[in-house]
Amino acid sequence: MTAATLRQVPAELFRRRDLLYLLTWRDIKLKYKQTVMGFLWAMLMPLVIVSAGLIVRYAFARVSGTTFKLDDLVLVTVKAAPWAFFVSAIRFASNSLVANANLVTKIYMPREIFPLAAVLSQLVDFAVAAVVVVVFLGIARVPPRLELLWIVPLMVLLVLLAAALGVFLSAGALFFRDVKYIVEVILTFAIFFTPVFYEAALFGRWAPLLLVNPVAPLLEGLGAAATGRAMPAPGWLAYSAVVSIGGFLASLSFFKRLEPYFAESV
Amino acid sequence: MSDAAVELDHAYKKFRKGELYDSLRDLLPALTARLLRRARRAELGTREFWAVRDVSFEVRRGEAFGVIGANGAGKSTILKLLSGIMEPTLGTVVVRGRLSALIEVSAGFHPDLTGRENVFLNGAILGMTRREIARRFDEIVAFSGLDEFIDTPVKRYSSGMFARLGFAVAAHVDPDILIVDEVLSVGDFVFQQKCVERMTSIIRGGATVIFVSHNLRAVAELCARALLMDRGRAAAIGPPDEVIRTYLAQAEARRASPPGSGVFVSKVEVRDASGPRAHFNSGDRITVDVDVVSRGAYERLAVVVGLKDANEYNVFTASSEGLLGSCFALAPDEAITCSFELDLHLAAGRYRICTWVVRFDSETVYDHWAAAATVFVSSETPVRGVVNLYPTARLGAKRAAPPAAEAAATEPAAIAPDGAARPAS
Repeated sequence: MTAATLRQVPAELFRRRDLLYLLTWRDIKLKYKQTVMGFLWAMLMPLVIVSAGLIVRYAFARVSGTTFKLDDLVLVTVKAAPWAFFVSAIRFASNSLVANANLVTKIYMPREIFPLAAVLSQLVDFAVAAVVVVVFLGIARVPPRLELLWIVPLMVLLVLLAAALGVFLSAGALFFRDVKYIVEVILTFAIFFTPVFYEAALFGRWAPLLLVNPVAPLLEGLGAAATGRAMPAPGWLAYSAVVSIGGFLASLSFFKRLEPYFAESV
Repeated sequence: MSDAAVELDHAYKKFRKGELYDSLRDLLPALTARLLRRARRAELGTREFWAVRDVSFEVRRGEAFGVIGANGAGKSTILKLLSGIMEPTLGTVVVRGRLSALIEVSAGFHPDLTGRENVFLNGAILGMTRREIARRFDEIVAFSGLDEFIDTPVKRYSSGMFARLGFAVAAHVDPDILIVDEVLSVGDFVFQQKCVERMTSIIRGGATVIFVSHNLRAVAELCARALLMDRGRAAAIGPPDEVIRTYLAQAEARRASPPGSGVFVSKVEVRDASGPRAHFNSGDRITVDVDVVSRGAYERLAVVVGLKDANEYNVFTASSEGLLGSCFALAPDEAITCSFELDLHLAAGRYRICTWVVRFDSETVYDHWAAAATVFVSSETPVRGVVNLYPTARLGAKRAAPPAAEAAATEPAAIAPDGAARPAS
């Protein structure tokens, strides 16, 4: 039964694509309604992370006696925007079912539409931030190289990973509100365990320990694509890809299995 | 392909009382069992109960089907099973075609979005595509009568406007199967009429309609067949008149609290000056004696007497507290008789007397006897309806009618928008 349900997901989502579109659009619209800055907020979050990263990088450079290079700046910038997307997508998606509880209990629709719309609406924010990053890369005279094409598959995997966690956590949060708090705590501290401000290589032979975090190879890859440094080992990239794609399918299947109990458990 | 649009086959639905999980010890086995799908589904756990028990019925394509029953009888659960919000614990539910539910029609509204934005969002939630919504947008807005406010955030709407816009969207979904759950009570009278007309036209248009309502008259008028739910079971199914009769007979036998505990109505007697009777003439003065017995200490009590016509329409209620201006208290094992005197200015027909014992300030109902007695009223005056207004009539002399054209010209003046008649120019 589960396999069949999972197989029905694409067709059902395609049939309700207008709902997915309108829910995404609603989430974006509501986020910036009655704000003075509007879409500028979409840039603020990555900007704060970049600034924090720059301070950390500068401090590293001073302490270790090396010079602060343009490369460092590019690396932090390129990794900060995807990281900001990843964090806010998970945070937003995991709350999405509870936030739409009145719909979940009253009208039938494929419920995975809620966490997916949440991830998509954050992706729009990311697109706004990405424009700023591209402009910055232009100013920093980063030459357009072939490696930049890596960004596309890496971002796809990052979105899938965020969706996998978002879909799973949204169902979890519906049954246990504890999930919401656990997610908050983990997302707040995750930046310490993820190579956003630094590179995994900094840890020498302990680097693999960092790369076990499936986000790490993806972010490292993005940094490498922008700066022309060496990509993470293909093994690690493959590992991230498997976790992202497999995780997404597993999480959807888990979600569909629990879906019949949503209305009575909210 | 089967002729049935909707089929329920031995459907069961189990619910739990109280909190879902209250301990980890309780939760972990339950969740594992769920995930492994090895829960013993046919058995009831400690605090579980069947909200729907062994219900089977089918609704044919194009049929209007009514579901009636007391509160908590399982009507809404049936609807939730049909609309796919819940899955049956046991048994199967088959729905063939696009199903749309007029249940809480404004559930998808977001207060910060404008009416226009909400029409699109709610339309998509109910299963329409953006193109369909755009095509019918003007129709929807015209139906709601809110075109002036369509670009205002709905948080500034009154609750009536909110419900009207919700119904307007839902009424334009054009489903194969439409589920209606008591939504015809939104908006003002004119809007309600519009809703009934819309429902009728959807039924005439060949859609299958499943209609859940406490309004027995509406069920009798709109539906071809009806189902009576009683404590989770299907108690009767068939032509609406018969099913409604079964329901009423059942209601007469039932009491809100079992007599013998608390404070309750032990006996109701209807009489006139000559003694207990059931048949009266319109205009007779009758006395209703309500005996109340208490097995505990209760205060601020009031007795309410009511009268319902054969269609369950509430004709009249009055409370002892309202009539006397005071309430009463009863000590354990005390009894009291409250006598109401009524003038039966009623049209001919069958009426039921219902009684309540309530705490009048908190409106707590201690006992409700829905069919304490039945009275039959006959009338010499030929009147229909529920009241006897003692009508008389007379015909005046014949005279020439005003010319037809003039009559048409003066007619609008009588219903000028400001309510005042314009002087004829």
